[in-house]
Amino acid sequence: MLAKRIIPCLDIKDGQTVKGIKFEQIKVVGDPVELGKYYCENGADELVFLDITATHEKRKAWIDLVKRIARKINIPFTVGGGISNIEDAEKILNAGADKISVNSAAINNSKLISDIAKKFGSQFVVLAIDAKLENNQWKVYKNGGRIQTELELFSWAKKAEELGCGEILFTSMNHDGSKNGFALEPLKFLTESLKIPLIASGGAGTIGDFEDVFKFSNVEAAIAASVFHSKEIEIKNLKKELSRNSIPIRL
Amino acid sequence: MKVIIIKYNAGNTQSVAFALKRLGVKPIITNDSEQILKADKVIFPGVGEASTTMNYLIVNNLNKVILELKQPFLGICLGMQLMCKFSLEGKTKCLGIFDDLVEKFPPKNKIPHIGWNSLTNLKGPLFKDISANEYVYFVHSYYVRLNKNSIAETNYINPFAAAIRKDNFFAVQFHPERSGKTGEIILKNFIEL
Repeated sequence: MLAKRIIPCLDIKDGQTVKGIKFEQIKVVGDPVELGKYYCENGADELVFLDITATHEKRKAWIDLVKRIARKINIPFTVGGGISNIEDAEKILNAGADKISVNSAAINNSKLISDIAKKFGSQFVVLAIDAKLENNQWKVYKNGGRIQTELELFSWAKKAEELGCGEILFTSMNHDGSKNGFALEPLKFLTESLKIPLIASGGAGTIGDFEDVFKFSNVEAAIAASVFHSKEIEIKNLKKELSRNSIPIRL
Repeated sequence: MKVIIIKYNAGNTQSVAFALKRLGVKPIITNDSEQILKADKVIFPGVGEASTTMNYLIVNNLNKVILELKQPFLGICLGMQLMCKFSLEGKTKCLGIFDDLVEKFPPKNKIPHIGWNSLTNLKGPLFKDISANEYVYFVHSYYVRLNKNSIAETNYINPFAAAIRKDNFFAVQFHPERSGKTGEIILKNFIEL
């Protein structure tokens, strides 16, 4: 049976994982490779590495980091942040990443999704969508949630699917950082209307929140960052608990 | 031991190379027929589209070279599909090592089939030390039905062949290079054949 995926997300700035990390086992605290390895050995199903600086000058260092990750990690990983054309995507693929996630660049030029999908396959393209509920409409934001766009969540996700995107990663800006649980209603609606897998993001605070998102919305995967980094939730315990509650999980 | 990873136009040969290096094997990535024929083990990984990859094999004469190989050979994902007779992806005539058809999953659930799924009905040396219901990582939209050559089975939408074998030719639909410890054991088993 296909298992639900638990995915820690690592936000990386200048080669270091940001957001409070408390790992005494790790030699270099904040090193994305060591942290990635730790998660890998402790039951993560996949990893996401986001370059949150994504400046042009630092691109080479980023690619080198992706290569280091690929050498050490034996589970799939997605790389995102600052991918604006097919050449960027190809460099990340050649560095050893399994998938890339695109966000703002795909909003500015939706053809980017179909171009990458045609060249490297749908499975390689994840569309990340940041959206916020305003006046009963899920408005899509770009540039790390700083700029509101004309797009609406559900139609944008559907369009991306038609363009050949392989997965959608939806972050509810209303829930992100709240630790009050995932955005269950829109996730349910979205996953029922899509033919491609959906990854839930934003709002994880307790093990129960993960249980809710898998039971209520039937999404394929759930992402969290701070609750894992701070060790408020240990992935091993989380997965045991989900499995005990009859959710299909790889233990 | 000389382990060759067949180089081709698309897909990520690097992640297979890294996985082998983690096992202490230094593979060579090449499309050179001479070197492939002389290798101890040959791995044909695959991420990409069937017809373009098949064309690449033909242009480089690798379609003929692969059929001549007597040493253990492992096709991964698209590599497995191209070892079959025909793929409905791009209506592609493939290598024909296996007599099977590669079909697209019916749209009864999410496609691609992405994620960790369990293996059952394991047979033979490739799955030494692997127990039934261990999870491995899949990413694919096309699949091969269960058949007489099946050596592992997985269920998604319907039961399908997670691995097949004929003589020296082994093929897996999942990605051992991305399947954690379980995948490492499977790759190690292949290297030790």
